[in-house]
Amino acid sequence: MQPKGLAEGVGAPVLRKEDGRFLRGRGRYVGDIAYPGMREVAFLRSPVAHGLIRSVTKPRGYEAQVFTWDDLTGVQPIRAPSALPGFRKSDQYPLAHGRVRQVGEPIAMVMAASRAEAEDIAELIELDIEELPAATDMLAHRAGPPIFDGWPDNVVLQALVDDDISDVQAPIVVRRSLRTARQHMAPMEGRGVVVRWDERLNQLEMHTSSQMVHVTKTGLAECLGLPEASVRIIAPDVGGGFGYKGILLQEEVAMGWLAQRLGGVALRWIEDRREALSGQANCREHHYDIAVHADHDGRILAIDCEAHVDSGAYSAYPFSACLEAAQIGSILPGPYIVPRFRCRTWSVATNKPPILPYRGVARTGVCYALETTLDAVARKAGISPVELRLRNLPGPEAMPYVNITKKIFDSGDYPEAMRRAAEAIDAAGFPARQAAARAEGRLIGLGFAVFCEQGAHGTSVYHGWGIPFVPGAEAAQARLTPDGGLEIRVGVQNHGQGMETTLAQVAHEMLGIPLSRIQIVHGDTAMTPYSTGTWGSRSAVMAGGAVGDACALLRERVLAIGAHLLQAEAVEYRDGAIHAGGASVTVAEIARVFHRAPQQLPPAMQTMSLEVTHGHKTERDTGTFSYAAHAVEAELDAATGQVKLLRYLIVEDGGVLLNPLVADGQVLGGTAQGIGTALYEEMPYDAAGQPLASTFVDYLLPGAGEVPDIEILHMETPSPISRFGQKGIGESGAIGPPAAIVNAINDAIAHLGREVTDIPATPERILAALA
Amino acid sequence: MKPASFDYAPVETLGAALSALSAQGAKPLAGGQSLAPTMNLRLVRPRVLVDVKALPGMREVTETAAGLRLGAAVTHAEIEDGAVPDVTCGFMAHVARGIAYRAVRNRGTIGGSLCHADPAADWPSCMVALGATMIAAGPGGERRIAARDWMRAPFVTALAPGEMLLAVEIPRLPPGSRWGYAKINRKVGEFASALGIALPGVMVAGAIEAPPALLHAIEGIPPLAAVAVTRAVAMRDA
Ligand SMILES: Cc1cc2nc3c(=O)[nH]c(=O)nc-3n(C[C@H](O)[C@H](O)[C@H](O)COP(=O)(O)OP(=O)(O)OC[C@H]3O[C@@H](n4cnc5c(N)ncnc54)[C@H](O)[C@@H]3O)c2cc1C
Repeated sequence: MQPKGLAEGVGAPVLRKEDGRFLRGRGRYVGDIAYPGMREVAFLRSPVAHGLIRSVTKPRGYEAQVFTWDDLTGVQPIRAPSALPGFRKSDQYPLAHGRVRQVGEPIAMVMAASRAEAEDIAELIELDIEELPAATDMLAHRAGPPIFDGWPDNVVLQALVDDDISDVQAPIVVRRSLRTARQHMAPMEGRGVVVRWDERLNQLEMHTSSQMVHVTKTGLAECLGLPEASVRIIAPDVGGGFGYKGILLQEEVAMGWLAQRLGGVALRWIEDRREALSGQANCREHHYDIAVHADHDGRILAIDCEAHVDSGAYSAYPFSACLEAAQIGSILPGPYIVPRFRCRTWSVATNKPPILPYRGVARTGVCYALETTLDAVARKAGISPVELRLRNLPGPEAMPYVNITKKIFDSGDYPEAMRRAAEAIDAAGFPARQAAARAEGRLIGLGFAVFCEQGAHGTSVYHGWGIPFVPGAEAAQARLTPDGGLEIRVGVQNHGQGMETTLAQVAHEMLGIPLSRIQIVHGDTAMTPYSTGTWGSRSAVMAGGAVGDACALLRERVLAIGAHLLQAEAVEYRDGAIHAGGASVTVAEIARVFHRAPQQLPPAMQTMSLEVTHGHKTERDTGTFSYAAHAVEAELDAATGQVKLLRYLIVEDGGVLLNPLVADGQVLGGTAQGIGTALYEEMPYDAAGQPLASTFVDYLLPGAGEVPDIEILHMETPSPISRFGQKGIGESGAIGPPAAIVNAINDAIAHLGREVTDIPATPERILAALA
Repeated sequence: MKPASFDYAPVETLGAALSALSAQGAKPLAGGQSLAPTMNLRLVRPRVLVDVKALPGMREVTETAAGLRLGAAVTHAEIEDGAVPDVTCGFMAHVARGIAYRAVRNRGTIGGSLCHADPAADWPSCMVALGATMIAAGPGGERRIAARDWMRAPFVTALAPGEMLLAVEIPRLPPGSRWGYAKINRKVGEFASALGIALPGVMVAGAIEAPPALLHAIEGIPPLAAVAVTRAVAMRDA
């Protein structure tokens, strides 16, 4: 459907409705919620990466405030088996049972009047653990010793995209071994839980900082053995998710169990940075042995890859331990025309926190591996990185393009994005700039990354990736209130995506009701339709589509009532009113009559509810494909190994933008995180599996000083499969930076015959590459 | 994490402070910007915090012909903002501006920084370069400690148990003096990975995981420190 160009409709750059409360410090997060007599919870966590628990002794006098697995009667461990054949299952106990497999794994739960007292009591618990050797490296410890009894090795799943490419005759073959560091996602607000048993509703009421309240509800009910009707999950304002909050937590299960036994007394646990950093560094760790085969002109003939993903100790609910490896096997060819493709992946269990899908998920690593290797191919072929990409990207005439792994690129002009980025950053003039800089003894480089982002992909794709929670249709409810206001209820979570604004814009587009009169309700299982939540760059497309569909149905009913009130056949819906000839009746009047003066309507119309819930799927569930070209000019300080980003430019095609300001915000925030992946963020572990960064002094996040002004140029090729032509772009910004920045670094030092292979490209790594 | 249980002792006189500090497990509290985080991590567990910020003299600033005496509780922000007289041709204000970020500078104090004695911090190295003198007070009265004798080892100062820092005396640089300061760090407001300081006739290397080094030549120091000192000298001599 074509947007109409309304001032508050789809595509309008309206300011975010939710910002008023955020900017005034009036947001309400889990940490702001309190109940009289509330108790605070602290967790005693494993100090070792791997060990057998010989005993946990509760301190004398505090037995009734300390809980271990043995106390948690009737509780099931968390299980997230992938449906992919060969997947090795594991149980994640809410509190450790017999064995600990990562530093930070909760062992005991302590309840006290204050957090400080709970921590004091936790310190008194006597822990006797027999330490076992830790599996800390996915390559070295793939074969074992196994961290689970009964496993022959530490392979959770091995998968093969099998294509015998031995017959490929390529004049250019470039091989690289590349590594991406383990990261911690670090949303501004950490995790947190406030839970109590509601005697009146016979229901567990849990506030938790989540991006998927309904999934949490289902998982929690399963683990606690409660009917789903007895669980209500509320996520109030959520200060960033990025995948960190797309999980059923051990803490939620353990606290849910305890709350049922406290007769209404509320419990609270607020994660602190130290427990987050030391026990929850859980994303991004990949290793690639990749080979790109190309002809003399730099045309890709084949890609051959063996990739490892460090999955950590357990399979996290609901995305499982194998999502990333499955993705690698299907998205490594990126946006390119790749005739032949072979890829073997291993998901390896180690004594580290379970991996979670961080913004970009496997795409960030895959883009890094492919794009840096392609630059090496360009150097070998003697052509520019821009030219190489132009020769391998599918053109607009090829759309919809079905690539080697059967991904259906829905629409767009990929080469044009590359051309615009090259032009905007003046790639043609760069060799002269580089030569001039070198003459002054300065090292500068230009780097590009092109990628596509599958978003809002649905049932068939996720079923193929084996996750135990396959998304279906996304539902929305549109409810016209007697005063002519509109309530929209959605099961997705708005944790920074601006959805209280963009979804209202969609509703306005359909019904013409002013934005100020549209209320978006989300984040509460008792108030919203079931949903798998916000992740996978799906909400703008899926929830946006659902709001559109529900409002379209509501509109038909409003039209019918309006026609009756006007006693007209030919009516028109315009500017929030129904018109027939010169007469009109407003939506507000229609709502008033329906709810408060139904006697004016015929009986059949009286039973036509003005609350509509409807499910939405895109025309094909293979996803929208947004794409982008990132371009970076960077300067390298050869003496210190430091990198300065001189210019950062993005050409982005997100289809029809529901709100260009919101889209920019998404891209900017993601890019800042991508800069972190490229240059700063890393959680190192020692050989015993101890995390070596436990505060932000050691775990460096980019700050305002490290993020340059980012220029964004938009292309807007509508998606043919979504309601308004919009595409998912929520993760895009976080995908390109490591590849583009390292390509710029490598460009700066290519004349020295040097290259960086591992990220983050820290001063140490850069100095080592230069040494 | 929350700190282990502790008592808080506001004191009004130096005598009361020194007597409170003589107790087992007592620790002075200044801006709390280093102490509070380490307490939250339960890496230190003082029994009692003696709040020394408001003691007489601790926030006093006295300018003389020879230089400047800064009470130990003068904040980084006050130095940055020029709220104290400038006797170093803008050098100290420049350094202050590069310490942490503003919220930390509003509370963090020069004395707290010197007593914390983190080798990667800014002031300990600067004081050595400036030839400053620390004024300490203890049960036996006041004594003066030259900056180069101040840091004994990382996080260890020349203060004896029960002593505290009262003030720092900073000699005046000749008018028009040029200086150079190179702080190499990973991001804005972070502690240094290397510090290089060049004042007239003086070179200092800091953040070398040891007390700051007064140099005669740029050698015998870690490579990154050598880069920092070279850059500081170039800045001074530019
Ligand atoms: C995020 C962050 C970034 C930072 N970045 C930098 C940086 O780039 N460069 C830098 O130099 N510093 C940095 N710091 C440290 C900051 O400068 C602190 O303010 C300073 O180290 C301590 O000063 P304070 O007044 O806060 O002292 P406190 O934290 O109160 O005390 C520090 C120690 O000194 C002792 N002490 C305090 N006053 C006295 C006294 N008068 N006599 C005896 N002992 C005393 C205390 O008992 C304690 O052991 C940073 C801090 C943070 C939180």
